[in-house]
Amino acid sequence: MLAAERDLRAARIARDFPLLAQPTSRGKRLAYLDSAASSQKPQAVIDALVHYYTHDNANIHRGVYELAERATEAFEQARVKVARFVNAAEPAEIVWTRNTTESINLVSFTWGLQNLGPGDAILTSQLEHHSNLVPWQLLAAKTGAELRFIEVDAHGVHRLDDLDAKLRGTKLVAFSHVSNALGTIAPLETIVARAHAAGAVVLVDGAQSVPHFPLDVQALDVDFLAASGHKMCGPTGIGFLYGKRALLEAMPPFLTGGDMIRKVAYHDTTFNELPWKFEAGTSNIADAVALGAAVDYLESVGMDWIREHERGLTAYALEALRALAPRGLSIYGPEQLADRSAVISFNLGDIHAHDLASILDTEGVCVRAGHHCTMPLMEKMGWPATARASFYLYNTEQDVDQLVAALHKALEIFKL
Amino acid sequence: MDDFYKEYILDHYRNPRNFGRLDAPDAAAEDLNPLCGDKICFELKLDGDDRVAEVRFSGKGCAISQASASMLSETLHGETLEDLARIPEERVLENVGIGISPARMKCAMLGLKVVKNAALRLLSDRAEAAGNQST
Repeated sequence: MLAAERDLRAARIARDFPLLAQPTSRGKRLAYLDSAASSQKPQAVIDALVHYYTHDNANIHRGVYELAERATEAFEQARVKVARFVNAAEPAEIVWTRNTTESINLVSFTWGLQNLGPGDAILTSQLEHHSNLVPWQLLAAKTGAELRFIEVDAHGVHRLDDLDAKLRGTKLVAFSHVSNALGTIAPLETIVARAHAAGAVVLVDGAQSVPHFPLDVQALDVDFLAASGHKMCGPTGIGFLYGKRALLEAMPPFLTGGDMIRKVAYHDTTFNELPWKFEAGTSNIADAVALGAAVDYLESVGMDWIREHERGLTAYALEALRALAPRGLSIYGPEQLADRSAVISFNLGDIHAHDLASILDTEGVCVRAGHHCTMPLMEKMGWPATARASFYLYNTEQDVDQLVAALHKALEIFKL
Repeated sequence: MDDFYKEYILDHYRNPRNFGRLDAPDAAAEDLNPLCGDKICFELKLDGDDRVAEVRFSGKGCAISQASASMLSETLHGETLEDLARIPEERVLENVGIGISPARMKCAMLGLKVVKNAALRLLSDRAEAAGNQST
């Protein structure tokens, strides 16, 4: 599709998202460039949530009356949709969680505690968000396993020259598909192949990739994939963990209590089959149903188109930002467009990212500023903070133009 | 926020007053704002009357946090430890003028928090030492 055509379609898509039509309190047009933090929601998702509570709400799995059957059906259908979205072999391989962080913790507390001990290693990367780092630090401390890191260079690109050495003794490789701080796309196929050859299990943090890339967990052969609903046009409070059946079956339960059981006596209990073994208590039913609606919406737009659009818009943005280099704009992350997703971290002159974000805010532009939950990475790179713009299916060239105009205002205010 | 980044804010950001370190300070404290990575350290030397004789602050962060700390540092000479511990937030707000959004308030107040901690820590150390002597 031609860039102009693509941009026009994105503008039409943006009209499906009611919040984007709101001007700011200063009467500025809203340019929402923080989808990496959380995405906006299309009317269809909002409607699905309201519809559920208006017409289909009841507790699931136990009720015999027709309303409960409808609620159960809606909930389990949403699971089927997510399974299809990532091409899992079956819906039972999709466990509902609260978010990516909870999915990762689930694996750490069950598979991790069961399978790791002294002499074993966990391999992660220097790019990780705290949610895919801290759980492994604690797991290493508890089990005596060693925590190792795939290094990245000054542009945030993975260095794989010593990968095989680092894989020796590694039982688990846990890394982000896409870096939330720098936009780096990890060489996933390479890492998975080498990890499996070394006998390690692979967990992929898909928080920044599942919403943006067409993914096929069977083709990629990942063992675990974690994702958040709120980053993929779904509501907050719902996410999922994909896991291969054989692994999930061998894992002990995570949280225990109602619904994850088969039979309970006073002194012992047998557990439910997959996926419900890992879903204790009443689930976040309504938001799972709304996430199913989000999957429907994304599929109606087309994940291939979304990827193409983001690539085109990122190229447009990088060109516009590079034009500001003589005025002091620094762009961080991979230099090659092919290595990047739609996330751009940058700084402008000696303006601290926080001040920059505040000034951009006065012009209606929403970016994130700070350490992006990647303190060790910021420390390694020597950046006190960066500003970050991220794009999604509803962003357009007009949004980028608005960002650039706001950056000019910042240059003026800071006399640069 | 439009009016916030006035001349004097930018001036204090780019030319912070009392910036640096002290050898063997009498009171010191440091803190960081985990939200954005602002870091501020205050070091104080006291004179014979136990009042602030020298002040230095160091750190890095946004214009609001650094300018606010710089302006605060200019008002501390001659204060007692008890005065420092009681500095009201209003003093910071007077210094920086109007227009700090709620989201940035923590940045503006970071320096004040550190000064108070430095004073309180020294007071508490002294109380403990006095307590140890009498037991």
